[in-house]
Amino acid sequence: MDHITFLVALVIVTALAFDFTNGFHDTANAMATSIATGALRPKVAVLLSGALNLVGAFLSTEVAKTISGGIVDDSLVTSGMIFAGLVGAILWNLMTWLLGLPSSSSHALFGGLIGAVWVGAGRHGVHFDKVVEKILIPAVASPVVAGVAALAATYLAYRLTNRARKDTVTKGFRFGQIASASLVSLAHGTNDAQKTMGVITLALISCGALGHNADPPVWVILTAGLAIALGTYLGGWRIIRTMGKGLVDIESPQGFAAESASTAVILSSANLGFALSTTQVCSGGILGAGMGRRLAEVRWGTAGRMALAWLVTLPSAAVVGAVAASVVVHGGTPGVVVIAVLAVAVAGGIVVLSRRNPVHADNVNHGRTTSVRPAEPAGAGA
Amino acid sequence: MSVDWNALGEVAAVSFGVTVGVVVVFAIGVLALSARDTVRESGGTGTGQLAGAGACFLACACAVVYGLYLIIPQFH
Repeated sequence: MDHITFLVALVIVTALAFDFTNGFHDTANAMATSIATGALRPKVAVLLSGALNLVGAFLSTEVAKTISGGIVDDSLVTSGMIFAGLVGAILWNLMTWLLGLPSSSSHALFGGLIGAVWVGAGRHGVHFDKVVEKILIPAVASPVVAGVAALAATYLAYRLTNRARKDTVTKGFRFGQIASASLVSLAHGTNDAQKTMGVITLALISCGALGHNADPPVWVILTAGLAIALGTYLGGWRIIRTMGKGLVDIESPQGFAAESASTAVILSSANLGFALSTTQVCSGGILGAGMGRRLAEVRWGTAGRMALAWLVTLPSAAVVGAVAASVVVHGGTPGVVVIAVLAVAVAGGIVVLSRRNPVHADNVNHGRTTSVRPAEPAGAGA
Repeated sequence: MSVDWNALGEVAAVSFGVTVGVVVVFAIGVLALSARDTVRESGGTGTGQLAGAGACFLACACAVVYGLYLIIPQFH
């Protein structure tokens, strides 16, 4: 353990912090519609989702072996760049959480790393063709596919059951939602917890504490799984409100259709090697389910703000990562300390701001929008 | 840069088919449950409807099990 330097220890702590924000940012993906339709009570939903995330983290460590899927040149990456990239990802995740926007945690991590590597190792360290192939195209295609599938499924579900008893239909689909939401949570745990494991493992390899091509040690798997599960359990209620109530008024058949579509897209693309954003797939599914019942149900203003957040996530995290990396690269250890202190201060400021208009398990289903200012009239945007 | 459009198309087609398939079968199961309630209210047993619903839900459960199989690499 004497290989572990101050910087590597800091990378591990920062990676776990990112994992935590990833968890509470993405609880909404699996559970927002189940909470909104009453299939699961809010506290039960986040507990189930957290537990499944932890289980998922232990199921597989295949993804963990490549930190970035070839988007940046792993051999040029130093611990300082990883640290700077993580700072960019965490700050962007917290910012979008404050605004209640479901943006992609994976894009935040990739963006932060791209920015940090660009500044730290030069432009050739970033493989831009891979960025287009592995991030941009799936980012455009996957929500559309999930949306179209959910739209067709919702339309057919309502067509088939429109003469059935309303209470039986609602109860039946609520039951189905529990299964489909659980699958989304499990898939999320296997994918996203592994990204953090990959980051920590790479940092340990770069300082010589682990051999090349080593598997993540058990304590790395355990801490990464616990961090994402804890984040999930604490629940990003602000984002759950946006996804469950903000986009469409959702009923249980729509929730079931949206979650089934998300699960199908996530599993089929993971099987064929596409890395995609769980957040974007699930948002696409919810929008499609809304359109399948009645077009007017969709609040396009919220959808538009979300789409905007998707567009800017990667570049914004990249800018923060790049600034942090330039301080770390040129400032040495004092630079690292400055960035760490700044990051904690900004994160603390965002948490304080969120307290002015808190969203929690008891009021998550009340409003449609999440606002930063207190006592704003209902329906006003943030 | 080589974008694998075939794989992309495959993901789209498989996702669409599986989603619509599972939701439609599940909806038929729910429909059968609802029919059972109606039959029972008019004095029947509704066993046939219950069996039909069970078959539909079993088919959906198989899809879930296959999903688990895909998630857990130890099974491959």
